[in-house]
Amino acid sequence: MASRQALRAVAVLGLALVFLLVTLPATGAPAFTPRRPVEWTIPAGTGGGADIQARFMAPLIQKYNLAPQPFIPVNRSAGAGALAFSYMIEKREDPHQILITLDNLFFTPLNQEILMPDRTRFGWRDLTPIARLLLDNFILWVHADSPWRTLADFERAVKAAPRGAIKMSGTGSRQEDEIIMVLLEQTWGVKFTYVPFPGGGQVAAALVGKQVEFTVNNPLEAVGHWEGGRVRPLAIFASKRLPDPKWRVIPTMKELGVNVEYQMLRGIFGPPNVPTEAVAYYQVLFRRLLDTPDMADFIERGGFDKAFLAGADFVRWLEQKDAVVRSLMEKAGWIK
Amino acid sequence: MLLSVFDDLLFGLGVALTPYNLTVGIIGLVLGTAIGVLPGLGGTNGIALLLPLTFKLQPASAIILLASVYWGAIFGGAITSILFNIPGEPWSVATTFDGHPLAKQGKPGMALTAAFSSSFIGAFVSIVLFTFFAPPLAELALKFGPPENFAVLILALATFTGLGGGNPAKTIFMTLLGLLLATVGFDIVSGQPRMNFGQVALQSGVNFIVIAIGLFGLGEIFLTVEEGLRLEGIKGRIGFRDLWETWKLLPRYFATLVRATILGFWIGVLPGTGATPASFMSYGLAKQFSKHPERFGKGEVEGVVAPETAAHAAGIGALLPMITLGIPGSPTAAVMLAGFFIWGLNPGPLLFATNRDFVWGLIGSMYIANVIGVLLVLTLVPVFASINRIPFGILAPLIVIMSSIGAYATNNQVLDLWIMLGSGVAGYVFKKLDYPLAPLVVALVLGDMTEQALRQSLIMFQGNPAVFLGRPIAMIFLVAALALFALPAIQTFYRRRRARISQPAEVIG
Repeated sequence: MASRQALRAVAVLGLALVFLLVTLPATGAPAFTPRRPVEWTIPAGTGGGADIQARFMAPLIQKYNLAPQPFIPVNRSAGAGALAFSYMIEKREDPHQILITLDNLFFTPLNQEILMPDRTRFGWRDLTPIARLLLDNFILWVHADSPWRTLADFERAVKAAPRGAIKMSGTGSRQEDEIIMVLLEQTWGVKFTYVPFPGGGQVAAALVGKQVEFTVNNPLEAVGHWEGGRVRPLAIFASKRLPDPKWRVIPTMKELGVNVEYQMLRGIFGPPNVPTEAVAYYQVLFRRLLDTPDMADFIERGGFDKAFLAGADFVRWLEQKDAVVRSLMEKAGWIK
Repeated sequence: MLLSVFDDLLFGLGVALTPYNLTVGIIGLVLGTAIGVLPGLGGTNGIALLLPLTFKLQPASAIILLASVYWGAIFGGAITSILFNIPGEPWSVATTFDGHPLAKQGKPGMALTAAFSSSFIGAFVSIVLFTFFAPPLAELALKFGPPENFAVLILALATFTGLGGGNPAKTIFMTLLGLLLATVGFDIVSGQPRMNFGQVALQSGVNFIVIAIGLFGLGEIFLTVEEGLRLEGIKGRIGFRDLWETWKLLPRYFATLVRATILGFWIGVLPGTGATPASFMSYGLAKQFSKHPERFGKGEVEGVVAPETAAHAAGIGALLPMITLGIPGSPTAAVMLAGFFIWGLNPGPLLFATNRDFVWGLIGSMYIANVIGVLLVLTLVPVFASINRIPFGILAPLIVIMSSIGAYATNNQVLDLWIMLGSGVAGYVFKKLDYPLAPLVVALVLGDMTEQALRQSLIMFQGNPAVFLGRPIAMIFLVAALALFALPAIQTFYRRRRARISQPAEVIG
């Protein structure tokens, strides 16, 4: 009797061991899967580029069954992202928190002092980089009724106009739109007037309504107005033309002899000190998400560059990006 | 041209009336009404929450769902405003001014019926305007830049100069306090935090709906507690008779209805304003034009009719630039616009040609959803009105819980709970000292937008204030605003003169 019981116990134990070995990942580290809904912070308001992207991707994660828990987008737009970053700082080590970025991740901590718990100044390095997903583009748009058919026309007009007579609307202040404008000013030796608006939709509306002469709206923000024949793209601020036939007609600034280039990071970050297993989990998830047909369609329509990058390469890229932003802000005289 | 519009409209009604879309619309209405009832969880947030769920729907069904949520929220926002003095939505703050006094006088049914009916009238007329004049109106809206917006907002503030009623010094004080609170937060022109005392959470600014929930809702509860648990609404008669009696009153407010509809619709069409300023402006104008301005704030039905008509008209109007131009006319429309990309559509003028079922399905559903919506909420009037029969001891804690959830939900931050509590105490003190609350809230909500529009205008013209002289549309509004500012003074002057002529020899004893 006793021996049979012992035998059974051994068998059960053995089976359990086999189960354990099978379920453990090859690396031996305990794998991460979300046990509760993942909160997805958007450091911008509803209706903007980052918002649209997060709200587009969140249901796709469920549709393609990429995670056992839902991803819940939450807008924390206050202070040009400052509120979102402090929220992430508070959620230190929490693997159920992620953040989608726009470039205010680089600009805002330089524009204002956001403090870490140890009273040091916050910078993007305090967050956990997970992956770069897309690069968003900037295009110089003028009104379709304007006489400027090419960038050369525009440049001539700008140089002939009195200082500040040509106006540009842009999102926020001392962020990516304004820095691109400053770059143009310095390249051409001219002065524009910058009119800040709270969101990309209103920025585009100001151009369509002829309140301003040009914008550097993202493709997604202006594509409807372009199709409707109200605005005209003159050049894209990317290193090469977009591959999609619709966008390919737009020349790059560089090929037109204007050395101004800028792209915005659409990436994923976690709070400070997220466990590496969780980082690896999200990297795999977003890489698979990017390869879905829905994302391919979104990337094409929105004029994005598909640009997955993770790990050390991503960090290296971030360092370069940070150096660029700093030098641009110094050139603009915004920081010393 | 006109015939083709009828053609399109019939087609759109057909799309909206398919059993599937009809069901989606009704679900949206019910959800929206619930969202409207919950303070803080505004239509904008509610739609943002639902957006991911529309992924699997056809674009036409998806927009019908979201739009129906919006209509439901506009109807529902009035309910808590009237019953508990807690604005369910930003655009129903003005509804509390006279809606709640009516409920306290035992006429909650009448206030609710007036709110729902006028809201429907504003919506319906606006939908007709939308159907036939959308493209030219969108063109006109594009002519409104920052200088014009500034002029409109100044006009809105001007309509409120007489709102304080009693002591002008107190009104001015409360207005300035509101403007001061409006400066807290983040300055988009300089890109720097402002007046936030080092608190990151304060960079979102002092949310006016949080303040309104505290000032009006909590303040009211504190007062009721002090006055010994007397809620006259308890004795209110409840039944459908309220409906007929209120409807008999409505023709009397024909001028207000027309004014509120046109004003609300147009403010809605303008990009970047929306239903909230429209409702305040409409209330202010109704009071200015009224023969009995002194009755406002004490339970005047017209004070419910004016803001509700304008709010719903503005809600419809806000979708016009969204559909015709791809430009959001209000924060709520901005969220819906994000949906366009999710459904695979590029918003813009081409939608009319390329996505006929989407555009006309939406327009058709506006007719149907608003008719169903108003029937739905009207049949529920007795139910809502009977809520006031619940003993105060049970109701008050529930109201406090609901207010707290609402205050938290506006920005997902705990600080707002403290702000709500603080403004509740302030609301009680102000009421005791007879300081008017409305000017504070109006200044808070309009102050931010007005400042932004003014600074944008000045930036556009290198700081030259003469910018407004060169803009005829802006000038018209500014002159009208000036006239309104001066109106109370002129009126008193004339009244005194007339009084002096008619009673020349008054003996002072």
